[in-house]
Order: sequence, then C-alpha cells, then structure tokens
Amino acid sequence: MSMLVTDISKHVAGIVGPSFVIGDPADLAAYKIEGKVPGAAARPATSTQVAELVKFAAAEKLAIVPMGARTKLGMIPSLNRYDLAIDMTRLDRVVAYDPDDLTLGVEPGVPLGRIAGVLAAHKQFLPLAVPFLNRATVGGTIASGVDSPLRQFFGTARDYVLGMEFVTGDGTLAKSGGRVVKNVSGYDLHKLMIGSMGSLGVITQINFRTFPSLAATCVFIAAVDSAARAIELRHRVVQSPLRPLTMDILSPRAAELLSSSVAARTDPNPIPANVFAPSHWSFVVSYAGTENVLARYERDLRQMAGGTSIALCEGSAASAALGRLREFTAIALESSAAATIVKMSALPTRLKELLNDASRIAEKMDVPWAAVARGVGVICCALLPGDRGEETRQRVQRTVAQLIEACDRLSGNAAILACPAEWKGSLPAPAAQRGDFEQMQKVKKVFDPDGNLAPALVSKRT
Amino acid sequence: MDSRLLHDLKTLLGTEAVLHKPEDLLLYEYDGSVEVARPNCVVFPAKTADVVEIVRLANRHQTPIVGRGAGTGLSGGALARRGGIIVSFARMNRVLEIDAENQRATVQPGVVNSDLSVAVAHTGLHFAPDPSSQKACTIGGNVSENSGGPHTLAYGVTTNHVLAMEVVLPTGELIRLGSPALDPPGYDMTGLFVGSEGTFALVTEITVKLTRLPEAVKTLLAIYDSVNDATETVVEITARGITPAACEMLDGWTIRAVEAYVHAGFPLDCPAILLIDVDGLREDVEAQAEAVADVCRLHHAREVRLARDAAERDLLWKGRKNAFGAVGRISPTYYTQDGVIPRTKLPATLRRISEIGKKYGFEIGNVFHAGDGNLHPIIPFDPRKEKQLQNAVAAADEIIEFCVEVGGAITGEHGVGMEKDRLMPLLFNEADLGLMRRVRDIFNPAGLLNPGKILPDSKGCGEIYVRPRPDTASPSA
Repeated sequence: MSMLVTDISKHVAGIVGPSFVIGDPADLAAYKIEGKVPGAAARPATSTQVAELVKFAAAEKLAIVPMGARTKLGMIPSLNRYDLAIDMTRLDRVVAYDPDDLTLGVEPGVPLGRIAGVLAAHKQFLPLAVPFLNRATVGGTIASGVDSPLRQFFGTARDYVLGMEFVTGDGTLAKSGGRVVKNVSGYDLHKLMIGSMGSLGVITQINFRTFPSLAATCVFIAAVDSAARAIELRHRVVQSPLRPLTMDILSPRAAELLSSSVAARTDPNPIPANVFAPSHWSFVVSYAGTENVLARYERDLRQMAGGTSIALCEGSAASAALGRLREFTAIALESSAAATIVKMSALPTRLKELLNDASRIAEKMDVPWAAVARGVGVICCALLPGDRGEETRQRVQRTVAQLIEACDRLSGNAAILACPAEWKGSLPAPAAQRGDFEQMQKVKKVFDPDGNLAPALVSKRT
Repeated sequence: MDSRLLHDLKTLLGTEAVLHKPEDLLLYEYDGSVEVARPNCVVFPAKTADVVEIVRLANRHQTPIVGRGAGTGLSGGALARRGGIIVSFARMNRVLEIDAENQRATVQPGVVNSDLSVAVAHTGLHFAPDPSSQKACTIGGNVSENSGGPHTLAYGVTTNHVLAMEVVLPTGELIRLGSPALDPPGYDMTGLFVGSEGTFALVTEITVKLTRLPEAVKTLLAIYDSVNDATETVVEITARGITPAACEMLDGWTIRAVEAYVHAGFPLDCPAILLIDVDGLREDVEAQAEAVADVCRLHHAREVRLARDAAERDLLWKGRKNAFGAVGRISPTYYTQDGVIPRTKLPATLRRISEIGKKYGFEIGNVFHAGDGNLHPIIPFDPRKEKQLQNAVAAADEIIEFCVEVGGAITGEHGVGMEKDRLMPLLFNEADLGLMRRVRDIFNPAGLLNPGKILPDSKGCGEIYVRPRPDTASPSA
C-alpha cells in the first residue's frame, strides 16, 4: 500500500458515498483482524460498487477483505496485509424468491435470520443451521464454509447452492450456475467460492434451492459411557433404514458446555435440565415426520440404544437442543479466552480411532478439550485452555500439530477454524491433499492475479 | 495422422488397442446426439499409466485428445471435434474397492453406471445417479457431464456423489483431487472438475458415495386427459413441499411409442402420464403416496394407479427408461433436446414447445424429469428431406431460447459439449465466459484436451455452426 489512509477514504467515498466510508480509527476497531486495523472500511450497496471498490484496490495494490456480520473473521488464514475492509451488510436484498419453484436469490449481506423469516412465511427453509445463526449473514456463512449438523441429511452448501455472482480480484463481475435446480451449463465456478474465505472473489449474489419446512421434529439423546459405544450406535443407525436429519456424538465436556450458562447466552431458548448429560458421552439424533414416522424412529432408536438413559425432546425443547448443538463452535469460543478449534475428518469407520487420538493427545498435553463428532465423519474439536500465556500457546501448538498428524495418519483432513489472533501465525497450518495444492494456487492466481484478496486457504504439504 | 504417433501408440498399448482404419473409426464419429466428428484414432488404455503415456505422446505431437466412456452422451462431449485421439475407457472398467461400511466405492472410469449398483446390491446400497442410459453409460462419463437421471430429484446429480478423483492433466501429470474423508482443505476442486466435460483432465479413478436403498418404494402412474393438467400437478406437488424420489412425465406421442415397444401398460389414448416414485420408511411412504395421489386427482387425473408389486413397478420404469429407444423405432433419426426451466413454468413451456413444433412442421414428443423442470423435447426428423435437420436445430434453439427467457438454462444434464457452445452467450456474458476460459486454461493451456467444447471459440453468438449430415439413429438417452 503506497496510498495514504486519508486518500483511501476519499477515493472510497467517491464510490460508495461519504456516509458509507469508515475512516475513524475508533470505528475501524470493529473491523480488526488479528490485531490489524484496515485503513478504511467501505459499505457498498450494489454489486457495481463492489466491483468498483475491488478495481480501485487492484489499481492501488490495496489488500481487501470482504465481510458480513464479522462473526468468523478468526477463520481467515494469517493476513500479511489488510488495507480495506469491504463491509457487505448493505447488500441485503432478497433479489428473487419463487416459493413455488423452491428457489431463492439473495445478496450476501442478508442475515440468516431474515432469510429464515422470509422462507418460513411459505413453509420453507434453508438447511444452514450454522453457528452465530442469529447474527451471521448468508454471504459470510457460505464464504466461510462452516458446516451445519443438518449436513447429515441435506449435505453441505455445495449441494444446494445453485449459482453465484461474484467480483474477482481484478474487479470483474462474473457469474456461474443459475437459479434452477438442475443445471450443467458451464463450469461450476461457484463451488470454488464456497469456503474460499473471500480469497477468490467477493460474493455479490447467491442462489439457493430451498426446502419444505420440516414436520414435527424430535431429538433423541442417549447418554452412553464411552465414545466407542456412541460410535457403535452411529454405525447401527447408518445401517438401518432410518435417515435422520442430524446425528452427532458429544464428548462429556461438550455436553456440559451445551448445558452451561455460556450456551444460554449464545442461544437463549430454554433447554430442559439434564438433556445433555455432562458425565457421559451423548449420542444425539434428530428426525422429523408424521406421528407414525416419529414413533418408528423412537422405537428403533430405543431398541438400538438398549438400556441406556434416554432423553427425548419435542417441540420447543427439540428446537432448543438443536440450537445448542448448532452453536457448539460459538459456545466453545465464548467459554475460553484462548479457544482453538480444529475441524478433523476421517472415514466414519475411523471416527473411533480419531476421537480416541484427540482425547489422548489433548489429555497428554494437559489441554482441556471438548468435541462434537458428526455422524458423517467430521469432528469439531475445541481446545479450551484457561489462558493465552506463552507456555499455553506452546502446548496448544504441539496439540494442534499432533491432531493434524493424527488426521494424516488416518487419511483424514484437518483445518483450524479458530484460535486467538496472536497465535495464528504460529499454529501449524493444515496442508492440501497430495497433488491439488499447485492447482489451487493456479486457481487463486486466475481469480486474484495480484493477490489483493484474502490469502489463499492452504499451505503446501511438507 | 502422424505415422510416428500411431507407431508410438501401438508400441505403448499393443496393436489391438489402437484403432485407426476408417471403417473402425466410423462408430466413434457418433455419440447419442446429432453431432458427428471423426477422430484420427481410438486408443484403449488398460491402466492409469497407459493414460499418462498417451497424454504425453499427444502432447509431444500436439494432437488433440478426447476421453470417451460408452458414447451415450447427448451433446457431442465425447466426439473429437478437432480430430485427434479418442481415449476409450472401455478397458478400465474395474470396481477397485467397495467400502460398504463407509458407503464409498472407488471405480475406474469405464465402470458402467448400473454395474456399480449391481456390485454393491448385497450391501443394501446403490449408486444414486441413474441416467436413463445407466445400463450402458459409464461413471467416468457421468463425472464428466455431471449426469442426472429420474431419481436425482431427491438424491442429487453426480456431483453430489463424488468425493475424490485421480486425474491425468493434459501435461501428463497425475494428481488426486478431493478425498474419501469429508472436507478436504482448500478449494472444492472436485466440485470444479465434475461436469467440466473432459476439458480439464482425463479421469482415471473416482471415489463415489453409495446411498442406502430405501426400505419402501411406491410407484404411482397418473393418467391425464390434458398435458396441462399433468404439468399443473407437478407444479402443485412442488409447491406443497412434497419431494418425490422421481417425477417423470411422458406425453401421448411418447406413450404410444413406448407402449408399442415395452408394453408397460401405459394407456394409448391419453395425452400425458406422470410416473412418480415416493420412497423412504414404510410409515412415511404410505402418507406420501396418498398426498401425491390427492394432488393428481385435484388436477383431474383420469386415473391414479399404484404399482402393486416390484414387477409392475419395474415394468413402468422400463417404459420410461426405454422411451428413447422406443422413439427410435418410429423415427430413425431424432434430436433429443435438454433444457431446464423453473418448475412453475412447465405448463407455459410445454405449450410453447407444441407451438414451435407446429411452426416447423414437427410433432415434438416430450419425456422428461418434470419434478426438476428438466425438459427433453424429442424432435423426430428425416435427414434425407430438404432442410429437416436445419429446421430441427432451429426448433430446438427456439425451445432453448424460451427456457432461458423464463429463467432457465440451456442444459440440465446433457452438457454443453459441441452442441450448445454457441448458445452459451444466452446465459453468460463475455466476462463470465472469459473467466471460465481462464479457468480451463489453468489445466488445459494448450487446448489439446477436448477442444471445441463448452466455450464458444469466437466472441458473441454470431458464429453459425452447420452440422454434418447424420445418417443414423440416435441411441438411447
């Protein structure tokens, strides 16, 4: 960046209007990432303004980071440069909603809560039960690629995003896909944008397939004495005709967190006492349907779980329990000033080994931990040290390295979802699989030739 | 063709695995579309290492190279538009691993779609994408085209079922994309490569998800006295939030063609039927079937039949899946189109298709994935008659233009290939196409891999492409 901060603000004001530029250092603190404060923040209202901002940044070699409600800035890989924040919250229109076609087109700044309201009026929804639900924007949710417990049944965003419009690093407004449920016209460039953390482009519109609202939903929670037993239940469900909406395994500490007062701050819906048993592992399954379907699930699940202690939530209790489950990452971050969250995946048959490894590693390193393992084979492991001291950092660093190694050993994948900003540079970054790293670098170069957008996501495997 | 290249290919693969005589190449001029393009040779690698070497040789000789599965594609994706080498994966047809516990299988690209489901049937699993040509088409072809099928309404298309791939880039570099475990770090390269129509790489290995077979299935046949009632039924099923596993429509013309061939029990005197599957838990299927039947009756279905048993269900589906073969018996040459529209636009679009048919003097048949809004108008024509092919293409173009006008797209599952590259500007502007071109050039910088596909070479829509005259029937879709 060669330009003076005041000049950045002046130019940006020319694009978005003076009322929508933030240049005051005190106000800019809200846009801080890893302790770095940008020279200015711009609040564009249209995709054309976004394109102009990106073009301006490209011409002046300014490093830009697009963002929504700023709930997941900690997930952005380590930033070397950060000159201009693009606050997308004014691009907040529902562009097109055709309830009878079950399709939706939205700008990225629309809060997920508002989308839920719009869809609920037509008895529809998006299966994005993601952390920070009550604050997050749809753009930030898609760009960060955070997952939802509902992936058990509905898959991830890649399975229901139909198309996108975005601005690439040189300021070009481009699109791919469309707004029909089946489409093979051209390359699926929008799939690259999901989870790209703003490193390939600034999303200006997302088209979704929507889904009919769920019928009456129940949550079945079995308190079991070991991870192994919970995983055995997971395998039994998968081998049965049941097709649950969610299926997760909670470590005892995760169950405790979801019942805690911290959790109540994140999702205020009251949850009945003792739903999540903190002294046990919990096997949590949700399902929806008619009375007969619910009865069938309950009967089969009870049979599978044998004599274990069961909690069954219906109605608002079910929503509350699922709300807590959805917010696990947010709750973990709230519960420890140094929370470091590692997402690990493995083939489902290796989940048991990976959970054992995680527990052994964290306990050996004396780092408090909690984990939620999704039945599809993804574990969200939260390391919850009590302080941010140097000795703690080193212990967490070694723990993360060993967790990544454990994933590698089991042919799984790892990613760091969050950690204290000042630790980011020193934690080992997960690497891309075998051969595709170079191709990803080339993709980054095409979308962002001068590297002005957030840095690429992956590092090279050494 | 360069005799040195031919010699090198024969040395690499053996004489029997290289076809180059004109009479041997005839078959490879075609796929299931009306496109025609003759390769200079066809090679049959037996293993990944062969593919790597073939690609290196092609590179050295600067010769185009095109991957091919069973040749059932419907957009010319597996044709050698600029000549060169066709790499047939017919010999790379092994299921490499079935991991039933993790619901995954790893296959070579030449494995026939339905063979995988047969191979895993004993585990209660199946490979969900089910193109109508599933008894012939290959999983490699499905991956290239991101193929759909009737049951993708509930289960998703090919891309929703692919986890990882081994691919050979046009440089000869062998890389792996994605991983059998979920959420590989970085960009979704697997998602980018699936549906890239063989323009990024040759796929040599694919890891797919397997899906548990439902406990119960019910198949309904709804019979209508008007096409409009049938399409209105589909609109309402969608609007009511019912998601059948499949929802297919056949119009009267197609029904009569099918019935004469398959004897599926479709009534000969009606203008439209819907074939609808609901599946899931026993307790769920009953209620779903009743809800679907109610909507059908509300929209004046003359009769709603429920298949009594698996045999009747299979017969009804045989009728649907053999529709294209059946059409071949009454019109040896036809042009199968593939457009997609928002589902609420079905009634208007079918009316428009009928008008377009009248304008050009064709009786256009329709058999399609109604639940997805994915149309397959069939335009029968006689290539020996003056201007019939040109008129069929002109009619098809008008249909596709209408699909785009009402918010749809130029292809739902058949791919762009060499059939619709010139129509891409209907959907995408030069900035979109330019970015797609640059992405293609990352992997395929010299353009040797499947040239002349997906992206129009020239700017704008002005290029008039004249197809060679086809002289044979289209195989099944």
